[in-house]
Amino acid sequence: MPEIMTTSDAPAKGPSAVAGPRRIAGKVALARLRDLALVPAVIIIAIVGQVINPVFLKPDNLINIGQTMSEMALLVLAQTIVLVAGKMDLSLESTFGLAPGVAAWLTVAVGAGHGLGLIPGGWAVPITLAVGALIGIANAALIVRFGLHGFIVTLGMLIVLRGLLTGISGGQTFFNLPESMMYLGTAVWFGIPASIWICLALFAAGIVLLGYTSFGRSLYAIGGNVDAAKAAGIRTDRVLWTALVGASVLAALGGLMLSGRLASVAASQGNGAIFTVFAAAVIGGVSLNGGKGTMFGAFTGILLLFMIQNVLTLAGVPAQWIGALNGAIILIALVVSRITGGKAQE
Amino acid sequence: MSGDGERSATAATGDGQIHVGLPVAEAAHISKRYGSTLALDDAGITVRAGETHALVGRNGAGKSTLVSILTGLQAPDTGEIRFSGVPAPRLSDRDAWRRHVACVYQKSTIIPELSVGENLLLNRYERSRSGLINWRALRHRAQELLTTWSVEVEAQTRAAELSVEQRQFVEIARALSFGARFIILDEPTAQLDAAAIARLFARMRDLQRQGVTFLFISHHLQEIYEICDMVTVFRDARHIVTAPVGDLPRGELIAAMTGEAGGLEAPRSRTALGGTAQVVLDVAALSTAGTFDDVTFQVRAGEIVGLAGSGGSGKTEVAETVIGLRTADSGTIAVAGHRPRPGDVGAALAAGVGFVPQDRHHQGLVSGMSVADNATLTIPQRIGSAGFLSTRRRDAVAATLIEDLAIKAPGPDLPVSGLSGGNQQKVVMARALANDPSLLVLITPTAGVDVRSKEFLLGKVEQVADSGTGVVIASDELDDLRLCDRVLVMFQGRIVADMPSGWRDHDVVAAMEGLTIDA
Repeated sequence: MPEIMTTSDAPAKGPSAVAGPRRIAGKVALARLRDLALVPAVIIIAIVGQVINPVFLKPDNLINIGQTMSEMALLVLAQTIVLVAGKMDLSLESTFGLAPGVAAWLTVAVGAGHGLGLIPGGWAVPITLAVGALIGIANAALIVRFGLHGFIVTLGMLIVLRGLLTGISGGQTFFNLPESMMYLGTAVWFGIPASIWICLALFAAGIVLLGYTSFGRSLYAIGGNVDAAKAAGIRTDRVLWTALVGASVLAALGGLMLSGRLASVAASQGNGAIFTVFAAAVIGGVSLNGGKGTMFGAFTGILLLFMIQNVLTLAGVPAQWIGALNGAIILIALVVSRITGGKAQE
Repeated sequence: MSGDGERSATAATGDGQIHVGLPVAEAAHISKRYGSTLALDDAGITVRAGETHALVGRNGAGKSTLVSILTGLQAPDTGEIRFSGVPAPRLSDRDAWRRHVACVYQKSTIIPELSVGENLLLNRYERSRSGLINWRALRHRAQELLTTWSVEVEAQTRAAELSVEQRQFVEIARALSFGARFIILDEPTAQLDAAAIARLFARMRDLQRQGVTFLFISHHLQEIYEICDMVTVFRDARHIVTAPVGDLPRGELIAAMTGEAGGLEAPRSRTALGGTAQVVLDVAALSTAGTFDDVTFQVRAGEIVGLAGSGGSGKTEVAETVIGLRTADSGTIAVAGHRPRPGDVGAALAAGVGFVPQDRHHQGLVSGMSVADNATLTIPQRIGSAGFLSTRRRDAVAATLIEDLAIKAPGPDLPVSGLSGGNQQKVVMARALANDPSLLVLITPTAGVDVRSKEFLLGKVEQVADSGTGVVIASDELDDLRLCDRVLVMFQGRIVADMPSGWRDHDVVAAMEGLTIDA
């Protein structure tokens, strides 16, 4: 009964020793393939889209997909960093709205909506990023310093920040944004919108960060087993601070890109986005328990969701039904990745 | 201790840090208080280079506290730690501590989702010129380390795929790679089967020859006589005795641990049963592909049947099938004439099965819930009606169980996580007995339990059997099996021997290892 021999602890005696390492090597290759698990799905959707409507693979439509997903993709990038470290940050969607909102509030001239016009327009971008950083510091202080549960802290923060944005904007939309805020959302570099370049560059940086820097590997170690990480001399608190603050800054940057593209900051900017963000990350193989998942996987997750949305629109599905279909697609994608991934997602 | 000087001299050649004649590690006059509990009271230990030193004591004797102080995770209130005669580094200087001492804990400090290589070199990455991690170089160095310490694991294996044994070897290799030549093993054998323990001991002897010193913590006294040179006994937060293992026979060792004379070897005076008692468990032709095959046995009322076998023999799986945690591919199980629905724990409980699962942390207890809640988890229908629970009745039932099993807890409201290992196991036993079972199934019931609690638990089993309950004990622990009226030995999924009471140890061990038995 060779099965029994190999399921027991016997590491290396007799014939099983020869079979052992080879089989493990196969598993390693499989684990790497899991990163690419969504690539076939992306290709299938592309083919389906093309069949449904020949517009799908036209450059204009692809750029359209890329641009609409670029802002949300930054939220996924930010959330992935936090999730890998075993925490979660729900407040990212509110940061996504509040950070550019505060910048608009301070820079937009009096008279047009609720702007105060206190500060010249050139300060808008630094203000946006600074607000993001401040929110991250607040989150990190509560979660890391005071040891509160990340889910509840950021849920509270989500509500507070959304309320602040509604408060400063009077529930309305900021228009007449300064030039500097418009640039990232409207500029075109080498024929492709800047936001797509930024999104791709940041994901490439994210892949390097998580895979090839000690900071990135510390995130995995902390998410996988925080005591082991501490025992290995990793300054876990410092790493978590950096992760949470960095995530908030990324969310602020994403918000800035969306505000630029829409030339406005609505009081509801980013509202409800966090659910899509979580869905994209989990579909992409990032574990909600931490310590598992890759940046590339997360990217394919958000890409898949936006391609499907685009296909549905091209197929002429009425806008009222898109929400229900979106939810159903997320559930189906989870089931599919559960089957292909093999292990329970928690 | 005349041999020690010579040993440390040979050890010193391997590592410049060891000074000849000075103990590798020395803790003197250590006291540590947690709130109202005095965990260590002016206790100490001296470990000399090259020896394998056993640290024994019942749960709560202060061993864990001493280990966390010796490894620099906590500072003592008073007292001093010295490594090779030099005072210990500051608590914040983790690197310096790691060069002196390492501990392989019962709880894994391996990160399951990362590769073995990354676990080995966590936070000590190989970098390329760009400052990024060079994975190829890292894998190479990790593989070198694994080869140096002859750990037969591929560096790129995901750590989650390692067995407990391999995991321990990797942790030992990691400790050695920091330069530490003093390694604390905290109950390393608790989750290993006999063959893996033998391999661990061979590895320890091998490393000892290369100048590595071990502090070995175990509840199995047999292992201490097998592998250790010196033994130190702690009791009630104090140091009791340190002596060469040969000078301290088993009885005296147990006396030192418990503070009273008497050992575990007390002859059992069980009366053999006639074949007339009612059959409470009838297992017929039970098979699950790849796990066990054609298992058939019966247990009568009042009988204790041992199910012996090493890890992977299928004994645990058979026991788990009986209690409904698993479903067999074919075959039948009848409990007191009824056939509970296969794979349904609720049905098994209703049919009169009580059980102690393999791992109390995993399946036995809800650690955040109180002693009372845990003990009565299986009998909601007895402590309330229509889905509501009466806390008064629950506490009454629990109080009876606490008294019955001599659980040391201030009250039924205390969370079980606050109890010692032995008392936790008693709570699991209480839960098993709560529904007055006609069949009691115990899987490694005394794993990680101190000598006194072990004795008590086994005595309880005997008492339960005497009251007419049939008992199955699935274990590879000879102390557990000694209690049995007969022992069924499993090997590679089949029952290969049926031994009546009075067997010799080596016969059972040989059968568990699949060797032929000279009857």
